[in-house]
Amino acid sequence: MTGLEDLYREIILDHYRSPRNRGELPVPPAHRVEGFNPLCGDEVVLYMELDDDTLSDIRVTGQGCSISQSSASLMSAAVKGKSIAEVRGLIRTFKTMMSIHESRLGDGSEGPSSNGSASEETAVDPEALGELAALQGVVKFPVRIKCATLSWNALTQGLDEIGAD
Amino acid sequence: MSSLAPKADFPLLSQQVHGRRIVYLDSASSSQRPQMVLDEMDDYYRTTHANVHRGIYTIAEEADRRYEAARMAVGGFIGAPDPEHEVVFTKNATEAINLVASSWGRCNLHAGDAVLLTDMDHHSNIVPWLILAEERSVELRWLDVDEQYRLDLSELDRQLDGVKLVACTAMSNVLGTIPPFAQIAERAHSAGALVLADAAQFVPHLPTDVRSLGCDFLAFSAHKMLGPTGIGVLWARRALLEEMPPFLGGGGMIRDVRRDGFRPNVLPWKFEAGTPPIAEAVGLGAAVGYLQATGMEAVRKHETNLTSYALDTLSERFGQDLRIFGPPDAEERGGVISFAYRDVHPHDMAQVLDQSGVCVRAGHHCTKPLMRRLGVSATARASLYLYNDESDVEALAEAMTKADTLFR
Repeated sequence: MTGLEDLYREIILDHYRSPRNRGELPVPPAHRVEGFNPLCGDEVVLYMELDDDTLSDIRVTGQGCSISQSSASLMSAAVKGKSIAEVRGLIRTFKTMMSIHESRLGDGSEGPSSNGSASEETAVDPEALGELAALQGVVKFPVRIKCATLSWNALTQGLDEIGAD
Repeated sequence: MSSLAPKADFPLLSQQVHGRRIVYLDSASSSQRPQMVLDEMDDYYRTTHANVHRGIYTIAEEADRRYEAARMAVGGFIGAPDPEHEVVFTKNATEAINLVASSWGRCNLHAGDAVLLTDMDHHSNIVPWLILAEERSVELRWLDVDEQYRLDLSELDRQLDGVKLVACTAMSNVLGTIPPFAQIAERAHSAGALVLADAAQFVPHLPTDVRSLGCDFLAFSAHKMLGPTGIGVLWARRALLEEMPPFLGGGGMIRDVRRDGFRPNVLPWKFEAGTPPIAEAVGLGAAVGYLQATGMEAVRKHETNLTSYALDTLSERFGQDLRIFGPPDAEERGGVISFAYRDVHPHDMAQVLDQSGVCVRAGHHCTKPLMRRLGVSATARASLYLYNDESDVEALAEAMTKADTLFR
């Protein structure tokens, strides 16, 4: 069963069973954005409320596999109440972790060895990710990466649509 | 009950994944192929490959002979009365259905005409008709799926009124349901409609005779019946094919080309533009030979027994936690077992099974209307073939208990 426990960490299963920030917000004032994976039917709907430059509230609905739904839950917990700049930063960090070739977490146990020319990305600091680091194991299952990034892409789209930089 | 065909005939089945033997339960999506099919294709490329048609040298004539021999073998396999003219090679079943929609459909379907489809059909037998419906205001009607996972035929005669074509699966790729096709065809013909059978799941698993099915068009793919990818078949009654305009234009499908027009070739080449999948046809011919040597009656019997065993085993082991989407009686279904296990998402189920070397498909199986009807977004699906046996079913059940532990 090598790897399976890397994918289905307890934190992930916990967020899948008991998703955080589940529900809707009235639109407007909230902004609604959908993420949809036509290949597998996974769906995430985000309701985002901004207060000046802060993502003051976020709610999630949708349905899909444990990875897509737990990632959305973990994301909502991580970004709620954060400044837009912090949220954008977190998105970048998370996407870096999810990119197979550039994944170099602090412990150096995963990912190809760097030849120094790969990218400008620096190693992802697990501290910055908190519970989100639990999703690191998804990188070992390339077809599931799109499950993990579904809600994050929706979040980016939502911020872009609102014009929040 | 051992497998009907020796697993040793299929090189892929001796591979390992994650240090375990492959338990291949995804033949409804694509089957594996025996060594002799690979050998035939290899031999073709090594000894006689040249382009077909018009070659005036020995190996080109031999390539032509092997290509046309495959056509005759395929025709014989499905009981085609006139295989020489009625068996058209396409890219796959999807292209075969698109050929009918594009060629026959554009000539025969006009605003206000109706086509009758079913809720249990694959997108390949839905979307070509949706395209046509949008293009020329053709009305689409639908046969429902009832609580027993059968087609609801209670309103069939009323629904057939004004219908030009019934396009229906001969076996559902999700439910395994085998509709009473001959009966549907008979009533359709009485109402003046033609009938197309999507037989992609039927031809590989049951003895097929186009006359007893009563269809006018029949489509299937080679890769689901031990043959290679890249080749499929459209069978249609000769009189229909004669009347139909070409589908794709290009080399091979013409008799003459001038600045102001062209004359199409005779059947079946009228529908085979461009260099066809020659090695694939040779491979399909070999696959047909393998299936015939095994005997399609025996294939059907083996799969009925194994399906029955699988349904019993899974139900006994998992009880109320398992929901199987399909008829409970193996006699009225094929070896396609779609299921939901508690609230474990099908993708998670497939992922866990993979760790035990068990290959199943998870998703909507290109049947979104059916998924809506069933009230699910996806199912996990295990499908059986002549090389599967009880040990494969046991391995599936064993691996499912791991999902149970993980997601409890």
